[in-house]
Amino acid sequence: MRYSGWRILKEALTGHKGWTAAWRDPEPQPAYDYIIVGGGGHGLATAYYLAKEFKQARIAVLEKGYLGGGNVGRNTTIIRSNYLLDGNEPFYEFSLKLWEGLEQDFNYNAMVSQRGILNLIHTDGQRDAFTRRGNSMILHGADAEYLTRDQIRQMYPFLNFDNARFPIKGGLAQRRGGTVRHDAVAWGYARGADMRGVDLIQNCEVTGMRIEGGRILGVETSRGFIGAKKVGVAVAGSSSRVMAHAGMRLPMESHVLQAFVSEGLKPLIDGVMTFGAGHFYVSQSDKGGLVFGGDIDGYNSYAQRGNLPVIEDVAEGGMALMPMIGRARLLRTWGGIMDMSMDGSPIIDKTHIDGLYFNGGWCYGGFKATPASGWCFAHLLATDTPHKTATAYRFDRFLKGLMIDEKGQGNTPNLH
Amino acid sequence: MTQTNRIAGGQIDRSQTLRFHFDGLPYSGHPGDTLASALLANGVRLMGRSFKYHRPRGPLSAGSEEPNALVQLRSGARQEPNTRATVAELFDGLTATSQNAWPSLKFDALAINDRFNTFFTAGFYYKTFMWPAAFWEKVYEPIIRRAAGLGALSTLEDPDCYDKGFLHCDLLVIGAGPAGLQAALTAGRSGARVILADEDFRMGGRLNAETFGIGDQTGADWAAATVAELATMPNVRLMARTTILAAMDHGIYSAVERVSDHLPEPLPNKPRQTLWRIYSRKAILTAGATERPIPFENNDRPGILLAGSLRAYANRWGVTVGDRVAVFTNNDDGLRTATDLQAKGVDVVAVIDTRPGGPLLPGIRHLQGAEVIDSAGRLGLQSITIRDAKGRVETIACTALGTTGGWNPNLNIASHHRSKPEWSDTLATFLPGAGGPANLTSAGAAAGLFSTHAALASGDETARAALETLGITAPAQTLPQAEDAPVAITPHWYVKGSARAWVDLQNDVTIKDIKLAHQENFAGVEHLKRYTTLGMATDQGKTGNTIGLAVMAELTGQSIPATGTTTYRPPYTPVSMGALAGRGRGQEFKPKRLTPSHKWAAEQGAIFVEVGYWLRTQWLPRPGETTWRESVDREVLQTRKSVGICDVTTLGKIDIQGTDAGAFLDRVYANTFSTLAVGKCRYGLMLREDGIVFDDGTTARMGPNEYVMTTTTANAVTVFRHLEFCRQCLWPDMDVQLISTTEAWAQYSVAGPNARKLLQKLVDQDISDAAFPYMGAGEITVQGTHARLFRISFSGELAYEIAVPTRYGDALIRALVTAGEEFDAVVYGTEALGVMRIEKGHVAGNELNGQSTALNMGLGKMVSRKKDAIGVALSAREGLTKDDGLRLVGVKPVDHSKAMQAGSHFLKTGAEPTAAHDDGWLTSMIYSPHMGHHIALGYLRNGTNRIGEKMRVVNLLNKTEVEVEIVSPHFIDPEGSRLRA
Amino acid sequence: MIINHPLLGPRDAQEFVYLGDAALMNRPDGLTASLQEMHDYAYLRDNPAGLHRELWYHEQGDRSWLVVTRNTVTHEITAVELARDVARAQGRSK
Repeated sequence: MRYSGWRILKEALTGHKGWTAAWRDPEPQPAYDYIIVGGGGHGLATAYYLAKEFKQARIAVLEKGYLGGGNVGRNTTIIRSNYLLDGNEPFYEFSLKLWEGLEQDFNYNAMVSQRGILNLIHTDGQRDAFTRRGNSMILHGADAEYLTRDQIRQMYPFLNFDNARFPIKGGLAQRRGGTVRHDAVAWGYARGADMRGVDLIQNCEVTGMRIEGGRILGVETSRGFIGAKKVGVAVAGSSSRVMAHAGMRLPMESHVLQAFVSEGLKPLIDGVMTFGAGHFYVSQSDKGGLVFGGDIDGYNSYAQRGNLPVIEDVAEGGMALMPMIGRARLLRTWGGIMDMSMDGSPIIDKTHIDGLYFNGGWCYGGFKATPASGWCFAHLLATDTPHKTATAYRFDRFLKGLMIDEKGQGNTPNLH
Repeated sequence: MTQTNRIAGGQIDRSQTLRFHFDGLPYSGHPGDTLASALLANGVRLMGRSFKYHRPRGPLSAGSEEPNALVQLRSGARQEPNTRATVAELFDGLTATSQNAWPSLKFDALAINDRFNTFFTAGFYYKTFMWPAAFWEKVYEPIIRRAAGLGALSTLEDPDCYDKGFLHCDLLVIGAGPAGLQAALTAGRSGARVILADEDFRMGGRLNAETFGIGDQTGADWAAATVAELATMPNVRLMARTTILAAMDHGIYSAVERVSDHLPEPLPNKPRQTLWRIYSRKAILTAGATERPIPFENNDRPGILLAGSLRAYANRWGVTVGDRVAVFTNNDDGLRTATDLQAKGVDVVAVIDTRPGGPLLPGIRHLQGAEVIDSAGRLGLQSITIRDAKGRVETIACTALGTTGGWNPNLNIASHHRSKPEWSDTLATFLPGAGGPANLTSAGAAAGLFSTHAALASGDETARAALETLGITAPAQTLPQAEDAPVAITPHWYVKGSARAWVDLQNDVTIKDIKLAHQENFAGVEHLKRYTTLGMATDQGKTGNTIGLAVMAELTGQSIPATGTTTYRPPYTPVSMGALAGRGRGQEFKPKRLTPSHKWAAEQGAIFVEVGYWLRTQWLPRPGETTWRESVDREVLQTRKSVGICDVTTLGKIDIQGTDAGAFLDRVYANTFSTLAVGKCRYGLMLREDGIVFDDGTTARMGPNEYVMTTTTANAVTVFRHLEFCRQCLWPDMDVQLISTTEAWAQYSVAGPNARKLLQKLVDQDISDAAFPYMGAGEITVQGTHARLFRISFSGELAYEIAVPTRYGDALIRALVTAGEEFDAVVYGTEALGVMRIEKGHVAGNELNGQSTALNMGLGKMVSRKKDAIGVALSAREGLTKDDGLRLVGVKPVDHSKAMQAGSHFLKTGAEPTAAHDDGWLTSMIYSPHMGHHIALGYLRNGTNRIGEKMRVVNLLNKTEVEVEIVSPHFIDPEGSRLRA
Repeated sequence: MIINHPLLGPRDAQEFVYLGDAALMNRPDGLTASLQEMHDYAYLRDNPAGLHRELWYHEQGDRSWLVVTRNTVTHEITAVELARDVARAQGRSK
């Protein structure tokens, strides 16, 4: 069913009896051409683009829980393309461009809202580093803007300008950055994929991989064996667990990242802001909640919940930046499991097993990557060649010394 | 106004009257009141508006589960949005305003949304606002955003302070109702260390809201007596006004104590709230239960409350919500509301009981097998419409209705570790499931034991069992007599046929939204929540979630437990950001580390700069200097001309001793140290295991088995950690000991042609070039005080670093300045330090960016391949050793009047500004008073082979570009003759 | 979290700095190891959902490196050892 103004009106006047299911709940077929493991944002986007852009058919998405239950359902909704390195920036800029046309593309209002992102700068060294970054962004065709302290004060007069331990000296802004209603991204892709014949199979956990002669034949699942010519794994957070079925060890660790939302507040913060002197970033949702986060807890975890020190650290960052929020209340905290890779950048690559492909290692930045990740993974699955913006996301980059290390922290995943 | 709805009884102090204002109108109440009870006593039922439809709302509850009665408490900088009137303790002079209503609570323009409710269904936003494409962000979204939110922040700095604390106990009891009080009593009498925490300002839980007795006392009196006894026990800590927020790992619970929220403002030197981290060996959840309503058409009007809350207002606060009261119930507990209110003389007009049979209440119109099917009253309940067992419909005038669909145990904290609650058919609710926090058990109503007797008994037993595992035996208790009525409930999840029957009151989620979600296949519990926003309001679905699940279960034909529950996320109730941040704000956001010369520098009017947690002197302006450049240029020129002094204490210092110290250094540095002569220094380059440069610094050999390493300021801590890792985890039998001495030594650089002359005035030993040559190091004395001297140079001049025990640091800077007077010595700050190191071509933070190799820095030859050191093997990977990779170069503008900006990128002359032509970037840029123009360092692709090339550095952020020439990074004294002078 | 330090008793995990899998102690000799071996050591991880032996450093304490056996699903800690003892037991020396 296509959504339109006419349809809205008709349904409103006829008691909403005509709305149909957003997607089917099909029984799995014995075999598919493509199986995408993981019904989170990246997996659903991959299936959607495989069907829509690469005209492939016989596609299934296998999800152990519910559609959109991956980190797409558990994040701080930020989109941006303010990356530094050549391996990353074209990819994230491609992603941002896809965001910009997404709603019309999949006929679903995911509330893409480009209200801008601002990285605050507190030292001369940060100014130099952000100048380098801003120039890289522009060289890659993205937008970037340097804002002075006075310009920032005009935008957000309530920031701590007068008594800060680390004074605000300026900021790097990307006006095209912003936020998206995260669940709607999953639902829009799911609905679009379903409309194009993709079987979305929920409550179907992959429990094994059938590999013979170096080639994948299909996957064992909680609902039986399902054959496939190609299997693409997009299960960030569980990557090591799933790829262990293929006997692979990955260059990543799983870590918990907490995120936070306040009670609903009247509008205060228009765009997204990151504090450069502490672990804190914030935006305000269309419902009025301040959505914010900080650092990962820092230890390997699959528990989807964090501990108090990080919560306190984030709150300190918030209070240091915005002394008014002492009287706002934190409503809910949650934790998601991140694939923290060895250089802080993702992998979209073939494996040494024929027909088995991998997409993961998104650290805590996977949400903004969703459209491009889906597109590029679909490209790789359909054509066996990497998309031009994702050529650097290879497994062997660590062997070759071609790390994509934005933060310069090396092979210590919890520092990325 | 007068307290028209105040009735007899209650635990309020009628001897005192408190004045307060709501929306500008004056009212009065008594100590013991909440804002909600006081407003209700004054006949005010309308207290707020709902989020989406702006429906008029009054309190649903009398506790922290409240979804409706949210107000802005206080004003000015203390304004506190979304405060639940049901838990806000009344104080004299309290002011509150309504929120999410304009122009007024009674006439709210956005109530128009309610008229268009047929459009604003669940998922409406996802299907629309897409045409024309540009309108979402330009038109629709700004309108939606303007309407967003409930209350407002003041945008002023929060004037109150917050504190943090740590507590330890054998047993933490969460909730001070009958089960919690008994658990604390049993444990307290055993001598165990007990913490009893309750969110309410009055301990007792439901005992304060009920009429039945315990032993020969009222429940409230028993609670008070028990609290009094507990208060006498030194091993028991009573924490009222304290909410346990979450169960963390290993028996740690977070809690917030509202120390001052019941006062007009905090007492002097008292925090507003305190965040406690409670370390408990065992914990018991006795958090009671929360009632749920039975949704029916228009069940959200002010005056429609939970039956137990209606009863609580009467019994605890002496308030009736209306003069004519009805009750809608599916269980025996609801009947208590009718009998209690009637006993208080309130006109109970009807009890609508969904159950068809059973005994009738005496003296009350008790309609069995009946339902409430609608209500009326624009700003407050005026009547309900009922349908009796025979299908007859009748309208009954009433101004208050209590509804109850049963009680849900407050199992949130038991579920914080993602354990799945278990369904009980008998109780028609979820109970705490297995797999919760390891040290926690539940008791009382939180465990589904709803009678007072069962609560007391389970509190006692659970405490006893918990203590037993700690080896503490509690003395036997004689439990007092208490009611032990069974739960008699027939599930009745909602009134069939209703559409606009509210399940989530704050977020305006109705039965028809849930049906639509099901119709569109958002039937799983997580999809239901996310699609409709059920349970996502400030009350986190405490009253609505179970109903929503039950409705969805009915639609899908599954059982309620098969439908599942969403994850319980902390905190239990919303908690202020201030409490979580504590004192970590403003200047106290992070610790301040001051250098030994700080006091002296401050006296001179120095400008300081944040360097990590350190404050360092950035420059020292002299009278008459009006720009920072004047000061910095002077400091540089005078240092190069005569002598300058700089506090370099912040550099990391590590003493490394042992017979394997040299061998150890060979493994952690890329270059060799075991061959270094005693009494000499060497520049060391340290790699990470991935072959990237980690840190650099000079290390001196003070004796055969004794080295002193220096690190950069930024990496002082991480280098030490890394060395300990190498020592303990990789080579555990090496004889090497480490100690960080960064704080132990005050260290000053003395640089410039007159450096030796100046120092010789203070140092007791001969430091002539012959006695103390370039790169010499040794123990010396300064006027008898033990000191260390290193002849090393960051500036390129004849230079020393002299270190004395930190307590002499202040004395030494003063002595150096005095001794330097005859040379016109200057003290220079980090700016001049930076200028001189760039002139000399030394790498620092901007080049040591964690992405660069020794090869990039032009230091490739330092990496010895003859030995195994950390990072050497992986530094040889092909991607890190490309011939045309980035190399450190010097940069100067062709037109010497031009400045540049660090971070600008290199482009060939004529090349388009695109990534394909990106040749690298400027890492550091300064004005060089020595050169008389700006100079820079940069990483340039194939840079070593491009010396002499002219190109552009562009800063696309401000659209400037400068023509530059690539030069050697060593702008001054490339031969190093000054160093050796 | 609380780590029961073998020398100091139970300490809040906030006093510690986390590094990662205790396999990081098994560093090959850089002169003899192949590039692949060094790569596997530096970059690949088992990353189990379940028992995990991992390195914590008592930075705000006695500066011991510890090997903590912790369940990454429940966070339960079942063993804490001095890393130096573990290293020696694994045959590491000088």
